[in-house]
Amino acid sequence: MPITESDIKKIATLAHLEITDEELRALTPQIASIVAYVEQLNELDTSRVEPATGGLTPEGERTDVSRDDMVRPSLGQSLALEQAPEPSHGHFRVPKVLTGSHESENF
Amino acid sequence: MKDGWEVVIGLEIHAQLSTETKIFCGCSTHVGDEPNANTCPVCLGLPGALPVLNRRAVELGARAALSLGLRINETSIFSRKNYFYPDLPKGYQISQYDRPFSERGVLEIMTATRDEGGHAREWRPLTVRVTRLHLEEDAGKNVHEGLPETERYSYVDLNRAGTPLAEIVTEPDFRTSWEAYDYVNHVRKALQWVGASDADMEKGNLRCEANVSVRRVGDERFGTKVELKNLNSVRFMQRAIEFEIERQVNTLEAGGRLTQETRLWDDRAGETRVMRSKEEAHDYRYFPEPDLPPLTVSAEFIEGVRRSMPELPDARHRRFMEEYGLTFEDASTLTRELTLADFYERAAKAAANPRGAANWLKGELLRELDAAGVGADASPVSPEELGALVRAIDGGKISGKQGKEVLVEMFSTGKGAADVIEERGLAQVSDAGEIERIIGDVLAANQQQVEHYRAGKEGLFGFFVGQVMKASKGKANPKVVNELLKAKLSE
Repeated sequence: MPITESDIKKIATLAHLEITDEELRALTPQIASIVAYVEQLNELDTSRVEPATGGLTPEGERTDVSRDDMVRPSLGQSLALEQAPEPSHGHFRVPKVLTGSHESENF
Repeated sequence: MKDGWEVVIGLEIHAQLSTETKIFCGCSTHVGDEPNANTCPVCLGLPGALPVLNRRAVELGARAALSLGLRINETSIFSRKNYFYPDLPKGYQISQYDRPFSERGVLEIMTATRDEGGHAREWRPLTVRVTRLHLEEDAGKNVHEGLPETERYSYVDLNRAGTPLAEIVTEPDFRTSWEAYDYVNHVRKALQWVGASDADMEKGNLRCEANVSVRRVGDERFGTKVELKNLNSVRFMQRAIEFEIERQVNTLEAGGRLTQETRLWDDRAGETRVMRSKEEAHDYRYFPEPDLPPLTVSAEFIEGVRRSMPELPDARHRRFMEEYGLTFEDASTLTRELTLADFYERAAKAAANPRGAANWLKGELLRELDAAGVGADASPVSPEELGALVRAIDGGKISGKQGKEVLVEMFSTGKGAADVIEERGLAQVSDAGEIERIIGDVLAANQQQVEHYRAGKEGLFGFFVGQVMKASKGKANPKVVNELLKAKLSE
């Protein structure tokens, strides 16, 4: 399915990005060509192949990769915030988020 | 509900699983630590950090699923749910989508019609189809007030990010707000009972959302669906649904149109308000999480979890009625919590009198426990001691009235029943020899009355009983006194 300017607009909106018309015209063919490149994979018949959901070989999938419920040291507040652009009062500080709820917007 | 209208409700519950650590990293899930202290590269979403699944979260998820009648899939897949919000540092939430942890539950709950005061009138069973229960991570917390310049900034605390959640979704099977209310309470209790979640709505470790729509009776199609949030207690949810039904019906009857939107309940104002409309809704672009292999659980694992679970509340309720002859209400009270049900069974055994133990537990001890805000597992009176008290009463050692005083003292001092009875000198004298001696003294001191009695003034019998009780300082067993006195007077 060819990628159109309206797809790019939608992706930008979902990513909270503002793009100019100029960028839109430049990005659309670029992204379209990337998608077309990946779409070559559709030429393969995969109807008899199990999807590799975790990106692992069947052997890798059989390897137990879970862990026990044991607390391990965390970074702690100051180290966690060290790389943040605007830490404040022990928090990450971000531009005002508008919401009617104090809980996460989505769940 | 106005005539001619029907409401359709579906529910979503998010329950925090009771683990020590987060679902994909070893950070503590402890609440109340300083902001962002319990974070690491995984839950901060730093590049290159890889999630590793917490086994305990899977086990608790399995307990939750089995307690709600769901079928656990041997293979399930974690997916990325993509959206951008500051409380979600990775830009996606690891959740499950097309192959969830468990599906297709059929749950029978009890629901009641309510009077205007909200009191249950009549209970009846209701079958609820539980669509799925899947595992996912919680987001962090955005702080919008209490810090400087909140008109310009929001603050983010990621301690909660990565906390394991079970999301439990139903089919649109509820037709009244009270059915929804009874379902959420059922789920809360089941999750607490099997130890999967603390399920405390006030602490936020159980959150629920309701999808509400109305339609004309007989209409096959669903009406426009409104999602209700910010339901911080089961009662809030019930009120919010009631408000929403009325709002929707009134809008439609006035010829208006409804929009598919999310509305927040404001309990102070007693109304729901638009949060956002679905036009700007997200397209989550789910795809399988490449950093985690499929989650596989064996049939043996599921069976092991099933075996390790306590008998579920409904089954236990039924057994309490059948095995111990309790009434529906008493069995309900005593299966309120797992610890209380366990307490009762031990007390019933110790008392060798299940009905008596039930009466003393629910009538007396439970009142003390509730007043002190203490659970049965922390009761200063052990089940065995409650049993001993019931035996002392049943055996005629003390009266029921004295039993109440003894229990209060047992509760406040933590002493055993026998010790309190002994210390207070309450033990009734049932020893025939001792009572005969007292009777002999009383009759000797009241010769005249004895003659009157023997001459036919039988009303004097009560006088003699009173005198004997007085002489024994109230400790003589009245039943024994009656028998011996009768025998003595008719000599």
